[in-house]
Amino acid sequence: MDNYLTLLSFGDQGWSDEIAWGVLITVSLALATLPIGLFIGFMIALGKQSEEWTLRISAEIYTTIFRGLPELLTLFIVYYGLQIGIQLLLKLLGFEGTVEINSFMAGAMSLALVFSSYASEVFLSAFRAIPKGQYEGGFALGLRRGRVMRLVVLPQLIRIALPGLGNLWMILLKDTALVSAIGLTDILRQTGVAARVSKEAFLFFGIAFLLYLALALISSVALNRIEAYGKRGEQSR
Amino acid sequence: MSATTDTLIPAQPAPAPPPKAWTASRISGTLLVLFWIAAAIGLVAYLYAAWDIDKVERYAPKYRDGLIVTLTLVGLSIVVGAIVSVPVAIGRMSKNPVISRLAFAYVYIFRGTPLIAQLFLIYYGLGSFRPQLEAVGLWVFFRDAWNCALFAFTLNTAAYQAEILRGAIESVPKGQWEGAAALGLNRIQTVWKIILPQALIVALRPYGNEIILMLKGSAIVALVTVFDLMGETRRAFSRTYDFQMYIWAAVFYFVMVETLRNVWNWLEAGLTRHLKR
Repeated sequence: MDNYLTLLSFGDQGWSDEIAWGVLITVSLALATLPIGLFIGFMIALGKQSEEWTLRISAEIYTTIFRGLPELLTLFIVYYGLQIGIQLLLKLLGFEGTVEINSFMAGAMSLALVFSSYASEVFLSAFRAIPKGQYEGGFALGLRRGRVMRLVVLPQLIRIALPGLGNLWMILLKDTALVSAIGLTDILRQTGVAARVSKEAFLFFGIAFLLYLALALISSVALNRIEAYGKRGEQSR
Repeated sequence: MSATTDTLIPAQPAPAPPPKAWTASRISGTLLVLFWIAAAIGLVAYLYAAWDIDKVERYAPKYRDGLIVTLTLVGLSIVVGAIVSVPVAIGRMSKNPVISRLAFAYVYIFRGTPLIAQLFLIYYGLGSFRPQLEAVGLWVFFRDAWNCALFAFTLNTAAYQAEILRGAIESVPKGQWEGAAALGLNRIQTVWKIILPQALIVALRPYGNEIILMLKGSAIVALVTVFDLMGETRRAFSRTYDFQMYIWAAVFYFVMVETLRNVWNWLEAGLTRHLKR
């Protein structure tokens, strides 16, 4: 028992500080991906309901590709592909040497690619739930397109899209575990190192498991709060 | 002099439509389509230039073996998971609070944590209990990474499928149960002939999504030394440092997912044609 307490203490003997760092990395990776993914997803959704067929088809190609590839493969392709691509580019410019790109950045980028292609579907169905009269009403008041979008459509859109985006956030949080495969020191990586060094695999992977569960619990409580806040204007029955 | 002329103006063709303006969205759309075309040409050109008959001869059979491993793993875990999901779904709908809470905890735990963490916990973690597992004779099963992957995937997909099944059964209106009871059908007949046919139609799309998610999620077994399609890809890449290995894997996964998606759409269209007006 004492042995376990030492292993789980903070400091040189224990692993808690390393694991806490891993939690920080996991959470900050998910939080860094979220705004990028939401922005790209929103743009893709706009493209999908555009009047230009070129925009529609480009957006469809984007989502088909990134929903059709395994997340792990996307991660590897972005990580190694960027590395090789940049190396080739530098070679053309006359610079020799190896390039290593930041695994945090590669992780956030590939997660954002996957997140945005799913988010675009959520936004698209939310767009379809908003009646056309809302736009027409906005135009009748003399608002420009951008202002109709910002003042009339967006506030309703966010409220409709919230449950779907909440699900995507949970998926994103779980997908961050994959970045341990490209060497980012997230929860799974840190607990894996601890498990290998201390030979207590079940203890440390069990901790990783519980940490992810805790993150999911906290997220679902927070998401419920946000949804309730979004619904505060609606009549309660 | 009359105001009207004696001859009528002959019918004129409709005026030509005004030229389409180059709006910002049209310009960006055209650029994006050009980008995708360039990307497609670039991909084909790259794969053509990188074609190396030695590598193809050495690695094509390995990719095929990996593909078979992936498909067996996903197929088996989906089928076994479907069987496991039935008691879980029944437990979720049970009126007994202990059973329903237990089933809920199972579903929540497996849906709330990453599949990869579950896999690591089972594959590496159960190694800590080797003496105990050997004592009950289960070590032979859990020693093998493939078995562990199958076990983890089955438990995971069972949790998701239980939720799909429960949602589908609860989507059938209560009157259907009451109608069946009024006709004197017993419980098995009611479920088998009245409820399930209606519920499974609702569940068709989520089931398809779940299979696709499992197919994509199965790539992580490569991290626990199972040589599925992704595992073979990683091995080939680590030996050759040739990026086309990953591109080929992407092509195979993409083709599998798209085929499955389209087959499923076709299946759904066929099975729900009586619901369309």
